[in-house]
Amino acid sequence: MTSPVWDYAPAPESSDVVSLRDTYGLYIGGRFVEPASGSYFKTINPATEEVLAAVPEASTEDVDAGVVAAQEGLERWTSAGAPARGKYLFRIARIMQERSRELAVLETMNGGKPIRESRDVDIPLAAAHFFYYAGWADKLEYAFAARRVEPVGVCAQIIPWNFPLLMLAWKIAPALAAGNTVVLKPAETTPLTALLFAEICEQAALPAGVVNIVTGGPETGTALVAHPRVDKVAFTGSTEVGKGIQRALAGTGTRLTLELGGKAANIVFEDASLDQAIEGVVNGIFFNQGHVCCAGSRLLVQEPVAERLLSKLKRRLETLRLGDPLDKNTDIGAINSRAQLERIQNLVGIGVEEGAELYQVDCELPARGFWFPPTVFTGVSQSHRIAREEIFGPVLSVMSFRTESEAVARANNTPYGLSAGVWTEKGSRILWMADRLRAGVVWANTFNRFDPASPFGGYKESGFGREGGRHGLEPYVRLS
Amino acid sequence: MDTRLEVNKTYKLYVGGRFSRSESGRSYAVSGPTGGFLANAARASRKDLRDAVVAARKVAGSWAGLSAYNRGQVLYRVAEMMEARRDELIDEVSAAEGGEGASQQVEEAVDCWVYYAGWTDKISQVTGALNPVAGPYFNLTAPEPIGIIGIVAPETGSLLGLVERLAPALCGGNAVVLACSQAHPHPAIALAECLHTSDVPAGVVNLLTGFKDELVPVLASHGDVDALDVSGVAPDTAADVEAAAASNVKRIVRPGPRLGPYEVTAFMEMKTVWHPKGA
Repeated sequence: MTSPVWDYAPAPESSDVVSLRDTYGLYIGGRFVEPASGSYFKTINPATEEVLAAVPEASTEDVDAGVVAAQEGLERWTSAGAPARGKYLFRIARIMQERSRELAVLETMNGGKPIRESRDVDIPLAAAHFFYYAGWADKLEYAFAARRVEPVGVCAQIIPWNFPLLMLAWKIAPALAAGNTVVLKPAETTPLTALLFAEICEQAALPAGVVNIVTGGPETGTALVAHPRVDKVAFTGSTEVGKGIQRALAGTGTRLTLELGGKAANIVFEDASLDQAIEGVVNGIFFNQGHVCCAGSRLLVQEPVAERLLSKLKRRLETLRLGDPLDKNTDIGAINSRAQLERIQNLVGIGVEEGAELYQVDCELPARGFWFPPTVFTGVSQSHRIAREEIFGPVLSVMSFRTESEAVARANNTPYGLSAGVWTEKGSRILWMADRLRAGVVWANTFNRFDPASPFGGYKESGFGREGGRHGLEPYVRLS
Repeated sequence: MDTRLEVNKTYKLYVGGRFSRSESGRSYAVSGPTGGFLANAARASRKDLRDAVVAARKVAGSWAGLSAYNRGQVLYRVAEMMEARRDELIDEVSAAEGGEGASQQVEEAVDCWVYYAGWTDKISQVTGALNPVAGPYFNLTAPEPIGIIGIVAPETGSLLGLVERLAPALCGGNAVVLACSQAHPHPAIALAECLHTSDVPAGVVNLLTGFKDELVPVLASHGDVDALDVSGVAPDTAADVEAAAASNVKRIVRPGPRLGPYEVTAFMEMKTVWHPKGA
């Protein structure tokens, strides 16, 4: 390993822009209320294990209150009219932009992701998502030709911990634009930006009951999904939990969209610009500590350049800076929770046992908090669990291929189908590959790009339904 | 004590992001709804119009190159600025055309900007297409800005009539040279002050007040104007104006329904891209 010539001085982002309460309430019917359950859980900073606040554990009764409030909100939201619904969403987008630094710092404190990512990716994209769907509110007739467009009703939305505010935006913005009301449950480990978002709804004077936020763990989620007065469920999270929700809703007629796991292949051809590809591969798997459902967790590289790519990749990994997520120079932040860290450690252990060759960057891990160094497995075969299972951490499995057809076969050899990456200078090959890759998103000579105008979602066991773009409206409308 | 004597506003042209008098030094008297003197307005010359086209061309490329999302935010910012000057705009419209319907005209004009702010990043999704051609080709059609649009604003609806033509042209990523209502030019200049304090780059909107029979023929025949909106062209001159526009095959744009995506694509070109597919 080459040691760096010089170190970066600390450049911490100040956290005093965030004012935390000791205890939060549930946001139901336009007010913060104490939970009927009377029980709370502590939410922490995964980089320091320091307690940030106490947050309600919503019971079945609390969830019911949320759904009833959303149902009452429906009337207010409908009578506001489409242009006004759009204007409320524009207001929300603008306030999110105004309060972007506060949201970014809080996102990083509660989730462990580098401030550079929450500041430059999560928060701007979340605001842009509201801005985009604001414009759709009074234009729905153009999205669905020759159909009468109506809202579905009350939407139950459950989001993960990897992009808390961004996933909230992906869920709430299209739902509201189409005239629905929502009950949203943020992830157990990252509830705080959702509760700050509730304050933003208040500042925007959003009618009561249109957005309701209930915090809690899996039981809260189960109660929400099973509620008989919910018209539509949208879930982003693991494939295992997604399948459970699909089973639970079987026969109820409740509409469902699922955005689940992935095991994306990043496919590098010999003619690719290797330096550019390295940046894409690194971004593909180490962005957000690999806590990304569409992460490029499998690297498929064409044999003639495999060795060269790998040595370049290792050299690049040594320059990644792991540490304080609030430091503006940090590339790799904290793992989101102890449970997730243990899952990553477990799967990496299995990878070693099964005979893959482990490479880890020799970096110092902070004493407190949850951390995992950037990790690359070579000598991986298709039968290895690290090649098949979603690790959801900074762990890359490298395999090689000879021909385009072999690359397609390997890339598609997974139950997942969320995304794929293709690296080649040949445009016709990109499009040939894109036709054959069984994935909802194909990135060419880039990776992990997101835009409110661009639909996102999976094939196969990565779920169904699309979020973003015109297609992202479909799950939230009833056509007749 | 006498009552305080008001300070009256000098109404100027808005060209290249500057408020300037006509280079000709001319103005004309404008009457209010009851026929009495309201205020003078600058009477733009042919030279002013040509300068406006130069200013528009200078910025057309960078404006067209903004992301659709950015352009949406700029249009939304215009609505924010107009809302903040709502009372002033109502006063201007009332003074020009009478108080009746003035506030409604202003409110609808503000909402018109919000409406088109929402179209910037959707217009290609609704009007573009992936074309299933019979061969191994990727084939995509999407709208692009035309370039510089000349707009002849309607004579009545001094604010709303103008905004309903201007906003979709900007939504489509074009720069605009606009001949204002000759009878009621002042609300347009008040609008220019809103544009000036919003994030619309200088030169993207150029507003000329003056005599239409002097300005419109130059606008119609100008070689660097790509399309002409004839909303405010008097019917008896339409044939001559449209014939002049044929000199460089200007697209003639006539107003359709008040609001909608096809008001935007009227100010856009469709581009089709072919690309082979193959390993």
